[in-house]
Amino acid sequence: MEKILEVEDLRVSFHTYAGEVQAVRGISFYLKKGETLAVVGESGCGKTVTSKSLMRLIPEPPGEIKKGSKILFDGKDISLMSEKELRELRGSDISMIFQDPMTSLNPTMTIGKQIAESLIIHRGMSKTEAMNEAIKMLDLVNIPDADKRAHQYPHEFSGGMRQRAMIAIALACNPKILIADEPTTALDVTIQAQIMELIADLQEKLGTAVILVTHDLGVVADVADRIQVMYAGQIIEHGTIDEIFKNPQHPYTWALLMSVPRLDTKNKGKLYSLQGTPPDLLKPPVGCSFAARCEYCMQICREEMPEVTTLSESHEVCCWLKHSMAPKVDIPEALRGDR
Amino acid sequence: MAQLSKDKFTIIGCENVNSDEILRPSMTYWQDAWRRLKQNKVATLSLIILILISLMTIVGPYINGFRFEVTNNDLINVKPNGVHWFGTDNLGRDVFSRVWAGGRVSIIIGLIGAFIDTVVGSIYGGISGFFGGFIDDIMMRIVEILASIPYLVVVILVSLIFSKGIGAIIIAMTITGWVGMARLVRGQLLQIKEQEYVLAAAALGANPSRIIAKHLLPNTLGIMIVAITFDIPSFIFGEAFLSYLGQGIQSPNTSWGALASAAQPNLMFYPYQLFFPSLFISLTMLSFTLLGDGLRDALDPRLRQ
Amino acid sequence: MANNNEVFIEVKNLKKYFQVGKNATLKAVDDVSFFIRKGETLGLVGESGCGKTTCGRTVMGMYSATGGQVLFDGIDVHKLGKKDKKNFARRAQIIFQDPYASLNPRMTVGDIIGEGIDIHNLYTGQARTNRVYELLQLVGLNKEHGSRFPHEFSGGQRQRIGIARALAIEPEFIVCDEPISALDVSIQAQIVNLLIQLQRELGLTYLFIAHDLSMVKHISDRVGVMYLGSMVELASSHDLYEKPLHPYTQALLSAIPVPDPEVERNKARIKLEGEVPSPINPKPGCRFTPRCRYAKPICSLETPILKEIEKEHYVACHLFD
Repeated sequence: MEKILEVEDLRVSFHTYAGEVQAVRGISFYLKKGETLAVVGESGCGKTVTSKSLMRLIPEPPGEIKKGSKILFDGKDISLMSEKELRELRGSDISMIFQDPMTSLNPTMTIGKQIAESLIIHRGMSKTEAMNEAIKMLDLVNIPDADKRAHQYPHEFSGGMRQRAMIAIALACNPKILIADEPTTALDVTIQAQIMELIADLQEKLGTAVILVTHDLGVVADVADRIQVMYAGQIIEHGTIDEIFKNPQHPYTWALLMSVPRLDTKNKGKLYSLQGTPPDLLKPPVGCSFAARCEYCMQICREEMPEVTTLSESHEVCCWLKHSMAPKVDIPEALRGDR
Repeated sequence: MAQLSKDKFTIIGCENVNSDEILRPSMTYWQDAWRRLKQNKVATLSLIILILISLMTIVGPYINGFRFEVTNNDLINVKPNGVHWFGTDNLGRDVFSRVWAGGRVSIIIGLIGAFIDTVVGSIYGGISGFFGGFIDDIMMRIVEILASIPYLVVVILVSLIFSKGIGAIIIAMTITGWVGMARLVRGQLLQIKEQEYVLAAAALGANPSRIIAKHLLPNTLGIMIVAITFDIPSFIFGEAFLSYLGQGIQSPNTSWGALASAAQPNLMFYPYQLFFPSLFISLTMLSFTLLGDGLRDALDPRLRQ
Repeated sequence: MANNNEVFIEVKNLKKYFQVGKNATLKAVDDVSFFIRKGETLGLVGESGCGKTTCGRTVMGMYSATGGQVLFDGIDVHKLGKKDKKNFARRAQIIFQDPYASLNPRMTVGDIIGEGIDIHNLYTGQARTNRVYELLQLVGLNKEHGSRFPHEFSGGQRQRIGIARALAIEPEFIVCDEPISALDVSIQAQIVNLLIQLQRELGLTYLFIAHDLSMVKHISDRVGVMYLGSMVELASSHDLYEKPLHPYTQALLSAIPVPDPEVERNKARIKLEGEVPSPINPKPGCRFTPRCRYAKPICSLETPILKEIEKEHYVACHLFD
């Protein structure tokens, strides 16, 4: 499978009154055609900034994509594109859906019109053609009575339906990449399941590659092909879904996996939890960014950034525990159980 | 890379690391707003201009030695020169001193008027917004009736009852002027009332006066300050307008409006007499408005970085 | 004064309706009954619009009851005079869902936590300051945090401040209104652990409202499932998840995402079609009928009553008539 997106050494900072906040500190990754890449991490780890940077949606100033960053899509570098080229790119080659469907839809335009807008701009369709296509899209995302619904306004839709409408808008021009930024966090559990299934379904039908940004590993287990774990603006581990769930190597990945409550944990027993909060990226730590919260922290971790260890063609981890001189640490028992 | 020694690879964990530390300097809402205001060049410039104008109204009438009310029949309608910087008027009075003496009156009217508007309006709007329901309905109907009375009718009636002067003008303009502030405060209160931190205070057992004083008012202050900043110029202009109609300040006291009104018949021959008071009315009003804009952005919590 | 394991809070046929239009009544809570024992945690789950938040706030007395009764240690919560309401506040407190809206942005953290202390005149001067420090440390924050403002903290930290605020006046009962819904999964565990620890140390009773079923199971002794204003199932934590009887509970449990790709691939998910209907002017009969796989004619005619099917396991469903 060919790579349609290649990001090299992406660095994004924000210039605030307190100084420069380095939100993304040199990450590199790729996305293959038709696959689903999950970007997982806590709030503030840089995953949303990364996804918005892919479409240059970060206001510059106060944001800044630093020189040397490369975002290669279809042979062109997005970080160097002009406004005109970006406008053609957005909505047509790369689309995005957001967390809060309430505020992402224009309350004064009918749903049908919002879908049609994208088609008129990018595909040059006439109003009637675009409207018909919009109704087809609503059908595709399983909204019943699509021809009636297309003329309704967002406030007449429920939360789950609004999210579907957003997906319809995003996929109207059949983009090569769909970025889904926490698409189900604001939804109920049963609707969440419906939406994730819909995304997987559409991906198969349309061949879209999906970047799924989330903090919930449970949601990821069903749909992702590959996972990359971010912490404090860096990618600390990435691999295929089986590699990450069955053979995670980074202590932070272990912590994330253990934080998800299972139905079989002892009632009112102590849930595994990471203490503290991620570091303030105003003054990023000198060594490994996870050192302050890692129970396996070593002196070297506080002094130097760890090197990247390659475990397989797709599995890489960034941790001093993998160094030849480090003591051998196994995957925690809690994660080993039923693997 | 330097040789890595083995002892750096023993596990020491993270027990005594303070990972909840906050690195950034603490800023109160007002400190943050001030910082944001300073970044706004236009607003800062307006603030400086206003401070300069205010200083001049205090010391201006004494600077060049000519008192503002002294007439001099030999120096009638003299054009601006080295001695009389702004010239003299039709009674030989120095325009420079008059402009600053008049400015004193105009600005004081603006400040007092805005102050009365704010106090009356926020108490009224506060009660209406806090209690809501039936009380709110009645109070707002009264406000609507007051707001629809023609402004000029009120002014003329008031000036018939009270003698003309600063007091009459202020009473006339504030009698219906507080309505705007009342609506603003009520609207803001209705919004904040439902916020969870207000519910939390109620759940803790706080009584209404505590809720209003500690939770509702502080979060309304921002809006009120901006409203005051826009209110002052409307008073200055209102006074100028009324003086033009002859309802305002009477001689020998003067205000910018009175100066403009007196200078108007001579416009074709001695334009400088109208020019200077008008200049300062416009400059002051513009500065307040631009400052108000800047304040609104600086005080808006949503625009915080 | 109830002792541990005695019935502490009793909710009898509670109704809370809102008038939303001329002929439209929003029946947020429609004839709900349950009890909570002292020292236990009752979990209340359901999706948006099921009425669990309204239920929690009505139990606290923050909303008046349209019908039914809430008895707190034998006292009717909705018939309290002004002075009694203040005393009641010392016994029952609430933690809110939105960590960003539940703290006054103009007050320092120390003042936010100390507000309850000030209202009830519990401590003054140095003793008050010490108590505030004690509370900060109890929830895992530092003394220095007391002079900071809410916007300087993360969501999880703000939620901890909210907990400290509720604990400041030493309540016996706390309604936790979706306290973890707005937090990251890794932070949710921190807060849940804190709540469990505090319950053990201070002997608290909780009504834990949430829509995350795995967390609810972990912290609750018993769990009630609500759907569109009615309680459809109520059982011990273990029984509810091992043997869910109501079709809605079964669908809800099968929708929980499991962080294990093997399990996810092979899971037979019960798909709930359609959207949650509106609680305004609901039709007669069981509210779940339009989405239920087992719907029978009687379901659209008669509303099922919550009955004890097995020991301490209640279900409201015509399948068990």
